[in-house]
Amino acid sequence: MQTLIAFWNILRKDIENYYLKPPNISWGIIFPLSWTLMQLIRSQGDIGIEELLSGLMAMSVLFGTTSMLAVTITFERRSRSFDRLLIAPISISTLVIAKILGAILFGILNAFVPVIFAAFFINLSGINWGITLAAVILIAITSALLGLLIAVSAKEVFEAQTFSNFFRFPMLFLCGLFIPIDKLPVILKPISFCLPLTYGTDILNGAITGNSIFNAIFNISVMLVFTTLLFYLCLRNIKTKWIL
Amino acid sequence: MGIVDVANLKKSYGEIVAVDDISFSIEKGEIFGFLGPNGAGKTSTINMMIGLSRPTSGQIIIDGIDAIKNIKKVQRIIGIVPDENNLYDEMNGFDNLCFCASLYGISIKEREKRAMELLEQFNLTKAGKRPFKTYSKGMKRKLTIAAGIIHNPKILFLDEPTTGIDIESARQIRELILDLKKQGKTIFITTHYIEEAERICDRIAFIVNGKIVKIGTVTELMESVEREHKIRLQLDRSIKDIKEELENNIENCRVEIPEENSCLVISKERIALSPILQLLDSKGISVYEAKEIKPSLEDVFVKVTGIEASKLKKEKEKVGK
Repeated sequence: MQTLIAFWNILRKDIENYYLKPPNISWGIIFPLSWTLMQLIRSQGDIGIEELLSGLMAMSVLFGTTSMLAVTITFERRSRSFDRLLIAPISISTLVIAKILGAILFGILNAFVPVIFAAFFINLSGINWGITLAAVILIAITSALLGLLIAVSAKEVFEAQTFSNFFRFPMLFLCGLFIPIDKLPVILKPISFCLPLTYGTDILNGAITGNSIFNAIFNISVMLVFTTLLFYLCLRNIKTKWIL
Repeated sequence: MGIVDVANLKKSYGEIVAVDDISFSIEKGEIFGFLGPNGAGKTSTINMMIGLSRPTSGQIIIDGIDAIKNIKKVQRIIGIVPDENNLYDEMNGFDNLCFCASLYGISIKEREKRAMELLEQFNLTKAGKRPFKTYSKGMKRKLTIAAGIIHNPKILFLDEPTTGIDIESARQIRELILDLKKQGKTIFITTHYIEEAERICDRIAFIVNGKIVKIGTVTELMESVEREHKIRLQLDRSIKDIKEELENNIENCRVEIPEENSCLVISKERIALSPILQLLDSKGISVYEAKEIKPSLEDVFVKVTGIEASKLKKEKEKVGK
């Protein structure tokens, strides 16, 4: 019960102090909307909204989770308010889950902005919503953990932002969102299959358009392996880098 | 065994040794002070005791619990006030206190009640609804201390509690610390203010370059160094011309003239006043005042550590700025 009280209050504080602030709400809406419009204008009608949807959702989650988490944690580390959480009688695992959950929820909400937008133009009844939601959640979790991993390495807020972009943009181009994986140069293909976003996007592609490289169960399993690996990597890094 | 027992504690960062094999014990209900200059190893020691840093070697036992193996258990019974006011800028004072209480699993009703009580105790009731970032330095410090005791800890760790704040706030904080002692709390305090340590600590450890060079009560520390007896005489004129004669006539004494119309008579033994007064009288010199100069903790610190008190004062000013 005591752990639950601490967990809930860390989550609530983050949501109220960071995620529900007007600039973040507007970022969460404007960012996915502008990407959707940009893609539609650029394709000049060659690509339908349905084909764009999985990419836009994946991108919204990726940017929604990583940008906020890495920055807020680095900010809290800098002001040393994060030390309060480290010296609280809660386990590091509880702390990590509480910190990333806010970002995960924010990322999930971001993912559905393009869906709401698309609902005005196309019929979305053919989408497998159960698999879509599972994919969004898994992308949000892996992205949040990547954000945390960045935060552990960054000392300053600008460093966190730079590191975020350093892995986000290559990941966007290698995960099959813009360029199909089979059209990537041979040397880049193995890298593509090492990225969690590749499998997340593939689940979304399968659930929304019916076209995917792997089946959903395989993709979900790989995403779960990534989640476990990243979680333990975050724990290990926090213990070695923050508790010196 | 005390409520806190530290044995052979060491912390190295590569080749740099921040804390070098220190051992000490804190008794239940006492205020124990760590006095030393910046970089002496005070914060490094505190960080190892509260779980923000891992010792290279050594043992820390807090209330019978091994703090290195079971730090989360220890964190439940300790309160921590870091050297920086690290509460949340955007949250108001009341919410900050409630949030800190929630980290210890305190129920909403209980934490709100406790937060109100502490705001009142620390004279911050009116400021309770204002964001933390609008507080003055002294108010911030007081709220940070309140956050450290919101869960009613047995042992309180205070890292430089009065550094960088105004005299009045520092005085109020020192009173609050003494009040906490009266409530039965055990307090570990680090400071580089000699007067502060002297005023509120039951026992003090001098720490320099990661090593404890002396430990004891203020009285014990005073007695630990070879004491010289000093008497300052206020005179009606200078005694430069009879200084040598005075020294020759009083056994085992030396005379210093710090100011024109005064002199210091210094001896390793107690000084008898009558022969001095008689001699001065015979020379037609009137004595207006005779005062014994007792050594201060500052003198002891300088003697034991070799660090000039002025160095500590300069650091104090730097932090204050």
